[in-house]
Amino acid sequence: MTGDAAEIALFTAATATAATLLMLVPGVALAWLLARRRFPGKAVVETLVSLPLVVPPVATGLLLLWVFGRRGPIGRLLDGIGVEVVFTWRAVVMAMAVMGLPLLVRTARAGFEQVTRRYEQIAETLGAGPWRIFRTVTLPLASRNILAGALLGFSRALGEFGATIVVAGSIPGRTRTLAVGIYSYTETGQDRQAAVLLVVSLALAFTAVLVSNRLAGES
Amino acid sequence: MAAFELDFVLRQGAFVVEIAERLDARALALFGPSGSGKTTVVEAIAGLRTAQRGTIAIAGRTLYSQQRNVNVSTRERRVGYVPQDVLLFPHLDVRSNITYGERPGHASFDAVVTLLDLAGLLQRRPASLSGGERQRVALARALMSNPDVLLLDEPMAAVDLPRRRRILDALLRIRDDLRVPLVYVAHSPEEVRRIADWVLVIESGRVTARGAPGPLLPVAQAAAE
Repeated sequence: MTGDAAEIALFTAATATAATLLMLVPGVALAWLLARRRFPGKAVVETLVSLPLVVPPVATGLLLLWVFGRRGPIGRLLDGIGVEVVFTWRAVVMAMAVMGLPLLVRTARAGFEQVTRRYEQIAETLGAGPWRIFRTVTLPLASRNILAGALLGFSRALGEFGATIVVAGSIPGRTRTLAVGIYSYTETGQDRQAAVLLVVSLALAFTAVLVSNRLAGES
Repeated sequence: MAAFELDFVLRQGAFVVEIAERLDARALALFGPSGSGKTTVVEAIAGLRTAQRGTIAIAGRTLYSQQRNVNVSTRERRVGYVPQDVLLFPHLDVRSNITYGERPGHASFDAVVTLLDLAGLLQRRPASLSGGERQRVALARALMSNPDVLLLDEPMAAVDLPRRRRILDALLRIRDDLRVPLVYVAHSPEEVRRIADWVLVIESGRVTARGAPGPLLPVAQAAAE
């Protein structure tokens, strides 16, 4: 593997991991809310969460660019405290997280829905409060699905292209991921480098799917 | 003896449970065909279902009173509930199941483990236990929460005959030595006769007969057949 390819592979794995960690807490919270609570606007939240699955990733990237750009509503605030998002590694993580979130939420939600309410009721008769019940009963019983969802989100993040290229670009050594790298090398006729990245991508994806299937098989 | 005041109406769709009983008992049996509303009564006591009106009080403690606007949360009711489907936490071993709701009180961990003969099972997972073993673990879990009353919904349903006797013996000791009042849902007249000192026969959500098990059960059984 060339030094370049190794660096890109490492950068991709690191940003995909960061994206997975970033989406984990809000993703699990959303999944729980959607599985267990009725609240006004639930249908809207449900739709919004799934939107990145169906909207062209490039459009999602453009939306992120507007929101997190220097003049965007959030970007302006972040710029005020000296945090730059667009066209940095942060934008890569953000794009990956937004694109992976729906997969995590859907899978984790199914997990929460499978947890029999009766276990929670028993915990209640034993004097446990809502937070303890969530931590010690609901979460562990849904953990396999949450893990599978996180892995799906991670795999999606590894391959993210459309949103990333718009909001983070393809800056060598700064924002270039495997998928974006393959595209850029192909564009510029560097077929050998593209082929190396392709092989690395395949290996990473293969490993992720293998582990995910192992997890599913054990349940 | 504990005083039971079960005087409430609870609607579940078209099905209505309506009872109005005041009684003193160490162990109260709810006896009757399946689908008659026995489990609903137990769940109302546990606070898992809310009555529409009336009063539920056990041993001098009001758990629900529509009139006085009292509805103690399930968490605070201090009921040791052993449901029909047992529901041990599948991801915890036996020891962690037993200690999940531990509250300081009259029975120590060692005493409960000895009483229910669980010493050899503590590291096991619920999935590897037999029906009778699960039943005993669920009983231990409920006891360790130092309940004011034990609610047992058909606790012998999945237990073979020799085990039944042992669990019944344990229940008698819980009733007499630990002095925890019991509410016992059962199909079997033999169990009821051994454990209960008062029986409510429930049919279609209403109490159709009441009394001490000796005189009452033969009549109730004859009526059921």
